[in-house]
Amino acid sequence: MSGVAIDACDVLVVGAGPAGMAAAVAAAASGASVVVIDDNPAPGGQIWRDGPGASLPPAARQWREALARHANLRVRSGTRVVAAPASHELLLEDAEGATRMQWTKLILCTGARELLLPFPGWTLPGVTGAGGLQALIKAGLPVEGERIVIAGSGPLLLAAAATAKAAGAQVLCIAEQASFASVAAFGASLVRWPGKAVQALTLADANYRTASRIVAAQGTAQVESVRLRQGSREVEMACDRIACGFGLTPNTQLGQLLGCALAGPGLAVDALQATSVAGIYAAGECTGFGGSERALVQGTIAGHAAVGEAAKARAHDRERARWDAFAAQLHRRFALADDLKALPRPDTLVCRCEDVPFAALSACTGWTDAKLHRRCGMGACQGRVCGDAAQFLFGWTPPAPRPPLVPVRIETLAGLAAPGDARQ
Amino acid sequence: MSDQTQLHIDGRLVRVKAGSSVAAALRIAGGMGAARTSVTGQPRAPFCGMGVCQECRVQIDGRRRLACQTVCAEGMRVETTA
Repeated sequence: MSGVAIDACDVLVVGAGPAGMAAAVAAAASGASVVVIDDNPAPGGQIWRDGPGASLPPAARQWREALARHANLRVRSGTRVVAAPASHELLLEDAEGATRMQWTKLILCTGARELLLPFPGWTLPGVTGAGGLQALIKAGLPVEGERIVIAGSGPLLLAAAATAKAAGAQVLCIAEQASFASVAAFGASLVRWPGKAVQALTLADANYRTASRIVAAQGTAQVESVRLRQGSREVEMACDRIACGFGLTPNTQLGQLLGCALAGPGLAVDALQATSVAGIYAAGECTGFGGSERALVQGTIAGHAAVGEAAKARAHDRERARWDAFAAQLHRRFALADDLKALPRPDTLVCRCEDVPFAALSACTGWTDAKLHRRCGMGACQGRVCGDAAQFLFGWTPPAPRPPLVPVRIETLAGLAAPGDARQ
Repeated sequence: MSDQTQLHIDGRLVRVKAGSSVAAALRIAGGMGAARTSVTGQPRAPFCGMGVCQECRVQIDGRRRLACQTVCAEGMRVETTA
């Protein structure tokens, strides 16, 4: 392997989940050359992740077929963004090598990650995220016969439970932190989005408990049991696996690195999904999480807007407003309770990369202090897990992203040199 | 195409369904699928499942990669530090 390849396109889409697929298809219809890059092994994002344990809904297949239909649209899976070495250019890495990709318009569809909060025992093998468990099962993780407890918050808990049950696991309990009143109000509101109401009914589970918290995962070398608090009482149950996630956090790192402004937790966008930086658009969960329907319509708008078709883009305004309202319901009804800040004990690790305990951080004045003096966030995940946790636990502003955005090979870093050097 | 893939995990031959991730293969190889040992000596297994947390990093054919984001290939050699 030598050197760094050079490539170019009119529209570069980062992320091949629902938003990225819709953006690419909308842009490609204009005849523009479109490249979609995605970190996962195949298009679909997390919600439509394919694999031996996945059963894709018809919509996922239709979008994948639509991607394959355009000769002017290329999909590069298994590819990550490393840095932005020059204006209108991203440095990419895949299993084979590095590429400097030049773009005229850029659409960020970088999705969201799970908010994973520390609790005693959360580093034990057998503990995963809730969406994390779903992704692992789709990719072939065998869970047949396992006893699984799912905890945290949001509709994703029910989806993860359904995936685990379909794979032959026994789901002992789904512990939702939100109150019964809040979940019931969310359920009642679904009458405005009938498709979602049907989905909710198919996911209903007799072991769903509201106002419930995880207290601890217990075991020596792996998970053996879980302690949960349900209302005012604590229960313990033997189990093989615990899946715990507290909703989603928008992936804004690349947008921030490029100078795009934030609006709340997500990237700020206007009516055409344009960010604060000229030529850069954003769609889907990276603008604030709200589900795949919202991501699809935002992606379609961004794709049309990026190729100068503002009228076609604006034709989707009402549909976007409808799904924005659904997103608002989600945020309101599954807002995290303040007492979740008491989940970690003093010896609970907050930074899993550098093994930094809660007690070492609670005395720090902020993220920089924690990083410099405790090595929190200095490891391989670059603060993506502990940075989110520290923001929730301590109110610290997460670290500003710096290149390389992901751990990379030394050869790839050669692509950060001046363009003349890279072409040698 | 065969519906099974064979790969080596820490020198041991493991058979998985074609299209499985290396994270799934780690679990099939044994235990809860530990991938690495943390800086204070704890075993760690795939956690986020989607390429964020880096807990499942392993050596695959001599290169550091994430088990959850890598599809098993015939004859692949995976080395954990667990």
